[in-house]
Formats: sequence, C-alpha cells, structure tokens
Amino acid sequence: MANVLTVLEERDGVLRGASLEAVSAGARLAGELGVSGHGLLLCGPEAGGDVVRATQAGASSVRVGEHPDLADPSPELLARIVAEEIRKGGYQAVLFPATVRGKDLAPRVAALLDVSLASDVTEVGVDGTSIFAVRPIYAGKVFARVSFQATPAVLSLRPNIFTVSEGGSGEVETFTPAIPQEEVAAGEVLEFVQAGEGSMDVAEATTVVSGGRGMRGPEEWGILEELRDALGPQAALGASRAVVDAGWRSHGEQVGQTGKTVAPRLYVAVGISGAIQHLAGMRTSGVIVAVNRDADAPIFQVADYGIVGDLFDVVPRLTQEIRDLKAGD
Amino acid sequence: MKVIVCVKRVPDTETRIRVGDDGTSIDPSGVKYILSPYDEFALEGALRTVEAIGEGEVVAVTLGDASSAETLRSALAMGAHRAIHLKGEPTMDGLGTAKVLAEAIQAEDAPLVLLGVKAADDDQQQVGPMLATLLGRPCATSVSSFQVEDGGVGCRREVEGGTAVMRLPLPAVLTITKGEFEPRYASLKGIMAAKRKPLEERGVTVPAAGLKVEAFTSPPDRAAGRIVGEGSDAVPELVRLLREEAQVI
Ligand SMILES: Cc1cc2nc3c(=O)[nH]c(=O)nc-3n(C[C@H](O)[C@H](O)[C@H](O)COP(=O)(O)OP(=O)(O)OC[C@H]3O[C@@H](n4cnc5c(N)ncnc54)[C@H](O)[C@@H]3O)c2cc1C
Ligand SMILES: Nc1ncnc2c1ncn2[C@@H]1O[C@H](COP(=O)(O)O)[C@@H](O)[C@H]1O
Repeated sequence: MANVLTVLEERDGVLRGASLEAVSAGARLAGELGVSGHGLLLCGPEAGGDVVRATQAGASSVRVGEHPDLADPSPELLARIVAEEIRKGGYQAVLFPATVRGKDLAPRVAALLDVSLASDVTEVGVDGTSIFAVRPIYAGKVFARVSFQATPAVLSLRPNIFTVSEGGSGEVETFTPAIPQEEVAAGEVLEFVQAGEGSMDVAEATTVVSGGRGMRGPEEWGILEELRDALGPQAALGASRAVVDAGWRSHGEQVGQTGKTVAPRLYVAVGISGAIQHLAGMRTSGVIVAVNRDADAPIFQVADYGIVGDLFDVVPRLTQEIRDLKAGD
Repeated sequence: MKVIVCVKRVPDTETRIRVGDDGTSIDPSGVKYILSPYDEFALEGALRTVEAIGEGEVVAVTLGDASSAETLRSALAMGAHRAIHLKGEPTMDGLGTAKVLAEAIQAEDAPLVLLGVKAADDDQQQVGPMLATLLGRPCATSVSSFQVEDGGVGCRREVEGGTAVMRLPLPAVLTITKGEFEPRYASLKGIMAAKRKPLEERGVTVPAAGLKVEAFTSPPDRAAGRIVGEGSDAVPELVRLLREEAQVI
C-alpha cells in the first residue's frame, strides 16, 4: 500500500513548527491507513541537520535533499523537484504545512501532478479506506468535508491545529536532488525588507496579541509589544483592519476576512470590537481573550475569557503578571 | 497591454451563511452577492496599469453560472473594457477552475494575468499558482503592489517576516492582496457605460471535480465564555485561568 508523505520546511536550519505538526498528522493518518508516514525536506547544503525532530514526531523515514540551488529556491523550481519525488515515491497522500511558503508550493505541485488540493484543512481522517479532510469555508462560517477522487490526495494543514507527536524514531537519508535542466520561468527576489525584530508571521505564531482602534494610535503599540515578548518567542502581533486602514500597522499583520486567518493556541484581542470580518480570521483559535471597555462588544461573544476595562490599565498589568508567573517557573 | 483579471461572485462578507437543505451547498435565500474583495484589488491594479501605460485593455473573466453576469457587469462598471463569461458551474476544486481559466486565457495572448490571493467563499488560495503552473508562467502570490516596467513586472510581496521586492519576466501571473490598490467606486457614468460594453458568453465544461464535497456543516458554536472581571483587578484571576484551566501560558 502506498505511503503518506509530508513535505517539510526549515528556516535557518530549524524545522518549522507547522512542519512538525504536519508530519505528526501525516504519521497518524498513515497509522489509520495501515501504512507508514515519511518526510521530505529540500534545502541548501547542511540545512537539514534538524530533521531528526520529524522522525521524533512520527516519520518512519525522512529524505533530505540538499543542493546549493535549493538554499532559497523559487517556488516554481521547488515544485518541480517535489512533484518528481512524489511521482517516484507513489504516495497516496501528500501533506504540506499551510504556511506562506506551503501555500505557494502545494498548488503548484498539485497542478504538476494533475490532482486536486484541499487547502488549509483543520481535520484529516480516514473513512473506510478513503481519506477525507475538513476545511473552513466562507471565512469559517461553514465547515466543508471533502474527499479525494484521485491519488495522491494533496492537502495543506492549517498551522497550530494539529498536535505534535513525540517519542518516535526513524531513519534520515541525505541525497542530492537532480535540478531540472530546462529553464523554469520564475521571478527573482531583489530585496527583502524585514518587518522589524521578532516578526514571526501572525498566521504561524502559537500566540497572537492583536490591537484594534481602541489602541488610539500607533505610538501606543509598545504595551502590546511588551505583552507579546512576555508571552514568549512564538508570539506575534496582529491587528484589526481599522488600524491597518488608518496606517498604524502594516497589512501583513491584519487578521480577518481580508487579512490573515489565524488559529493560535491563544489569541488576545485588545481594543477590538469583534466585527464579523475580524472574527472570520480568528474564530478557530484555541483560547480567545478579549480586553474591551464596552461590555457589549461582540468580541465577548466568542471570547473564552474577557476583561471589561480600559486597556491602558489592563494590558500593562497583564504583562507584569505573566512576567512574574514565568519568572517563577 | 492586455491585462486579464479573474473575478468571482461570492456572498457579501456581512451575510449570514446557512447550510442548504441538500447539506452540500449554502442556502442562497437572502444572500447578497458581490465581486470577491481581493478580485476588486486585482481589478484596480489592472486598471491603473493600463492607465499608466496609456494603451491596452482590461478583460474580466469569470467561471460561473448565469448569475455571474451581474458580477462581470460590476467589473465593467468599475472600468474593465470587456468581459468573458465562461458559463459553467463554479467548483471548490481549484484545479478544475484553473484548467477552464487556462484554456480561455491561452487564446487571449495577455502578458499579465491577475487574480485575487483568495476567493472570499472557498478560500482555497490556490487557483492563481495552479493557473500559472498550467500556463508555464512565473507567479508571485500575495502581491500588495506592482508596476509593469521594461519587459517585466516589479512587485512587492507580503511574506513571513517582511516584504519581498521581486521582478518577474512577462508573461506572468500575480495574485493580489490588499495594499496599494484601494478599489475605485463605479461612477454612474461607469454603470451606464457597462451596459454597452462587450460581454461575451462561452459555454464550458468544467472537468470532473477531483475534490468532492461530502457535507457542509455549521461550525460548532464556541462554548459561552465568561467575563473574568472589570479593570486591572481582574488580571491575576485571568492569568490563573490561562495557566491552570486553559493551560496556554
Ligand atoms: C469587505 C470587508 C472586509 C473586512 N475585512 C476585515 C478584516 O480582515 N479584518 C478586520 O479586523 N476587519 C475587517 N473589516 C472591518 C470590520 O468590519 C471592522 O470595521 C473592523 O474590524 C473594526 O476594527 P476595530 O475593532 O479595531 O475597531 P472598532 O470597531 O472601532 O472597535 C474598537 C473597540 O475598541 C474598544 N475600545 C476603545 N477604547 C478602549 C480602551 N481605552 N480600552 C479598551 N477598549 C477600548 C471599543 O469599545 C471598541 O469595541 C472588513 C470590512 C469589510 C466591509
Ligand atoms: N470561478 C472563478 N472564476 C474566475 N476566477 C476565479 C474563480 N474561482 C477563483 N478565481 C480566481 O482565483 C482567485 C483565488 O481563488 P481560490 O484559489 O479559490 O481562493 C480568486 O480571487 C479569483 O481571482
């Protein structure tokens, strides 16, 4: 029986959290199908050193393809090599993390293989012998359960939804992938403008602290940055559209229907009213905390925990209490 | 220069969505439909491009049933020069959509094809890069602004941790996100003119879906939350709950 493959991603030689989640989900799916789960990492020379963590998360083997051309490849080139690996391996399911890069790669790979893709899924399973997935649609207002009519089933998995398994072991094999000889039409990155320090992508962060119009102005963001830092390195800042439209924060931070969809374990909404388009982007979060001075703000209808009060009073205290708590750990 | 914009008819983001009686679609009654918000950004980018170059045309293309004609009229009212209505059932299967669009676009000889980064209904975020792959063209996704310049297109992409400045050779495919292209309103004159602009209808066969919708369900309601308290005095209790009950810090 054909196996399950998870396509992994590293950054600066470290496997991304969303990749560990995906490879764990892949191993569990393989278990349900009675086959084995594998991993594939394509990267620059010596960037694959961390991949043993994918075997700990359940992959029975991981192939690491290292090549100088793959240090910062175009998605067009990467897709070709991944598709070729999938063809050779004959998998019945291929999983990608639905990260910025994964969302760029998976559709191209699916198109090259001439099979369909279920994007940003929040559940994967087996019904009888066929694989199904659940994807939030209409900005989370409906869940669609879909099945695949051809193999391999290709899926991308929403970050922070699937739990990471531990305690597994498996083999790691390094190889040198063949780079396609024919010219692949692709764009060229001329410059990269960093969004500021500690700028983890809001869609991948396990904790998100979002600010809304209640913040009063961009100069007040220091209190949110401090809260983010107190919450740890996996935390990122988000924003409502009102503050992005006002030019207080960049669009890359916007959460919601016309921004990013996030599902962190903890989402803290500060001075955000909770408009339906904002909820669309964060309602699948694990735990939602809201701070708002208006007890009737709609955000409290989705919040697990709310504090009614002035954010300029509540947030600094929250940062302090979390720091104190963590100092005692 | 000819710029093609792929647009889709989707429910208004304010609309309440209910699962239909068949359990595999939504109940359309009372639902207001709009041009998908990201496709509006793409259309605005296309219009500005042709205006800046001073010649060319913007062609709006959609795959959809009869009701999508209205969506194309809105695109024409915003300023698109003509529209192509690929008449068929829209599908969640992005590959099927991309194949139908690719066939129509191949016949058009347009150096630039724009799409929304994602459609506000199916949210698959895949049709753009799939279409580009089928056409063998380079593609940049999540583009917040772009400019056509000597044989290529320079663009800014929103990626993890920042912005990438890129250049793509033409012909190219871009998927547009919110950024520089705040969509213009259709003027009354534009709406009147749209009625006379060419809207070509073509029957198409959408390939059998590789992705089958088994069931639509309403998401489980989030369990009612609670107000922990008022003001900063409530913070210690909140922190305790986050640690002991929710176990997230
Ligand atoms: C097509 C479309 C797409 C959209 N997409 C998005 C999207 O992607 N993301 C998004 O967020 N929105 C989106 N919106 C906009 C959305 O409808 C709201 O306008 C927006 O979310 C409001 O932002 P806000 O909550 O920051 O501001 P407001 O609604 O103004 O809320 C501010 C809140 O701060 C509280 N507050 C004020 N001062 C304090 C204080 N000192 N202490 C505590 N609380 C305080 C107020 O009580 C209020 O609840 C979209 C709208 C449309 C039409
Ligand atoms: N039926 C369709 N007709 C025309 N364009 C479409 C259609 N479906 C999707 N698109 C385009 O593809 C983009 C991304 O859609 P999706 O991949 O479904 O999220 C949309 O913003 C549109 O530009």
